[in-house]
Amino acid sequence: MSQWVIKGLRTGIKSTRYPNVAETAAGVSPGFPAETNLGGALAESLVAGCPTRALGLGPQGVEVDRRRCVHCFRCIRGAKRPLDWESGYEWARIGADGAHRDHRLGRPFGRSVHILVVDAGDCGACLNEVKQLNNPYYNMHRLGFFLTPTPRHADVMLVVGAVTEHMRHALRKAYDAMPTPKRVVAAGACALCGGVFGPSFICGSGAAEVVPVDVEVPGNPPPPLAILHGLLVAVGRRPPANGAG
Amino acid sequence: MAIELGQMAAQAQTRWPGRVRADTEQDADCAYRIECEPQALPEVCNWLFSDLGYSFGGLVVEEAARWELRYLFYGDREQGWVHVIARLSADQTRVPSVSTLIHAADWHEREAEDLFGLVFEGHPRLGDFVLHNDTWQENLTPMRRSFDDRKPAAWRTPDSDWKPRQIVEEAGAFLMPIGPIYSTATGPAHFVLETIGEDVIRAQPRLFYAYRGLEKIAQGRAAEDLLLIAERISGTSAFAHSLGACQAVERICRIEVPPRARVLRVWAAELERLRHHVGAIEGICESTGLVVAAAQAAIIEEDLLRISGALTGHRYFFGLNALGGLTIDLDDCALLHAAWQVKAAVSRLSELERMLSMSSSFLDRLEEVGNVGASDAREFGLVGPVARASGVSRDLRRAHPYLGYERVDFDVPCETEGDGYARLRVFFGEAAQSARIISAVSSSIPQGAFRAPQVSLGAGAALGWVEAPRGAALHWIRLADDGVVDRYRIITPSFANWHGFRLGAERFAFQDFPIILATFALSVHENDR
Repeated sequence: MSQWVIKGLRTGIKSTRYPNVAETAAGVSPGFPAETNLGGALAESLVAGCPTRALGLGPQGVEVDRRRCVHCFRCIRGAKRPLDWESGYEWARIGADGAHRDHRLGRPFGRSVHILVVDAGDCGACLNEVKQLNNPYYNMHRLGFFLTPTPRHADVMLVVGAVTEHMRHALRKAYDAMPTPKRVVAAGACALCGGVFGPSFICGSGAAEVVPVDVEVPGNPPPPLAILHGLLVAVGRRPPANGAG
Repeated sequence: MAIELGQMAAQAQTRWPGRVRADTEQDADCAYRIECEPQALPEVCNWLFSDLGYSFGGLVVEEAARWELRYLFYGDREQGWVHVIARLSADQTRVPSVSTLIHAADWHEREAEDLFGLVFEGHPRLGDFVLHNDTWQENLTPMRRSFDDRKPAAWRTPDSDWKPRQIVEEAGAFLMPIGPIYSTATGPAHFVLETIGEDVIRAQPRLFYAYRGLEKIAQGRAAEDLLLIAERISGTSAFAHSLGACQAVERICRIEVPPRARVLRVWAAELERLRHHVGAIEGICESTGLVVAAAQAAIIEEDLLRISGALTGHRYFFGLNALGGLTIDLDDCALLHAAWQVKAAVSRLSELERMLSMSSSFLDRLEEVGNVGASDAREFGLVGPVARASGVSRDLRRAHPYLGYERVDFDVPCETEGDGYARLRVFFGEAAQSARIISAVSSSIPQGAFRAPQVSLGAGAALGWVEAPRGAALHWIRLADDGVVDRYRIITPSFANWHGFRLGAERFAFQDFPIILATFALSVHENDR
């Protein structure tokens, strides 16, 4: 077995230095359309072309609701006047239920946070990005985050997917089984607003219908760094993204 | 036992005189239609499956003025596609079951029973399947046209005391329910494992926790928006599924895809296959507790995700496919650079394969574990790498080439043992072949348009097929006059392979269960839709 030890050592350190230093590698994030000072027929056609109503017209031009964006790229590819595009990944915001209370879990959870991942009915992309958090590049253990298979040990619930009718009950039961204090991070457009799937006869319009959501991470799927930021926001170790919406 | 297609019509008509009407020629989509009366359906299907060696593709149910049941079969290249079609009057809902003769049709008929309310006479296990009985009222049939998909359906208050039924009743029998929330980061699935001592006697998955009703919510949408849904059937094989949907619509509307777009699609599809297989290999290493190997595979997977993200804007190729081509052109230099990065990643992958093949404690967990024999694999209609590890070699890229795969040089790795190690070797072998294809096409990408200049949608129906990373995926699409989706039937490889999963899991020790599950590389999202 010594060959594996040597192999591991030879590979060296791959981990990103985020959150101390921003990650600049290519391909870590799909980005989002940015608010663009644009009016008239061009703006209207872009807003009308958005399949999930993530774009809207405001006093500043075209406004973007990141929670609803599913990265279809229709507002930049093939558009007469493409919207501005922003890269980055620190998108997590405090959810509606997180605003009324101190969103920090507090010092006891500084370096040992156990996370229960609940897939409440997504397409598998969000879940795969959550899995990447354990790969050597993101290595969530170095930040004191650990995945747990049981709600009894969990401090934070990470929900992905539009909650399907079949998972609604299981999600609620898992939340109730978690000891307090507990926080919920909803990741992905489906968990925030139903995404492409909901609301429909079988999918709801987000996890907030079933459990109180403290932190919202937009993206479809949110890249691993965005989920990591959401977790850091949930325990008060990183400020949430600025702005409303 | 291949017979000439022209003779097939004559044979079918002499075997079932007056009850079967068969085309004498293939149509433009390589499809060959046999219309038969419902009572002859099982015999005709079994003739194709057992006597002529066709693979069972799936069942498409369409509700119109009459019910139309379409059983899809595909064979080798010269055998083409066969659609066996039976029609029922609107008030008739009973039809003889095909699954009594072809077990691969089992889940297709259960699904149609659950979602359309059709009754398949002679089928032993209808009932609780897609719609769980503890959550849904009886007799709801959401796929019927009369059912409104926008309103929440009247569901029951879930029954907290629901318990799986115990089948094994011997002394020492123990029932172990697992899921739907289990392990650290897995899709929702429930397993009913019945054990006596260490051995799993019966392993029945209860799925469809991630049932998102995609076939239903697709109805009434514009064909372009259909791709949003197709990409999200399974996020880890998004490009393959959107490609299947694109090909169906392109067939209906006779859209000519430019040569450059076809090659770029091959490029993306193979990169996705490579990335999926690396993920599967990582899962297998992790299930055996070999963390360094799992970490090595995870590094490669993340590298490939970053290559995809840097090149196309999205790590999972969302928003890349468009009707008639791609949404963006990919830069030739960037493609060459990416191909070079892929090559570097794959050389690390083959080093990993070499090291794994010498780790005896790892091999002990995989060899002779989760065996699926060739006849079982065929009987259950397994597809993709899982079937190829059991000696069932049919690959749609070879059998019915699309995108110009007939001009691409590649091998289809095939093993015969059918155990966990055979599946691992197939994953490694296919990953290497995908890298070979990427490298070959990168240096010879034709110039020209990346998208058909104009796309005019019309009415019609067609089948799109694609060899997705997990196996054969079939997309049946019917468009109405205005290009709006009338019916979207998605037949996914995971649906076939979950059906056969218990073949591998039963008869083996309980502690092997997670490893067997990992070697099947199943996706609940792709299965549940």
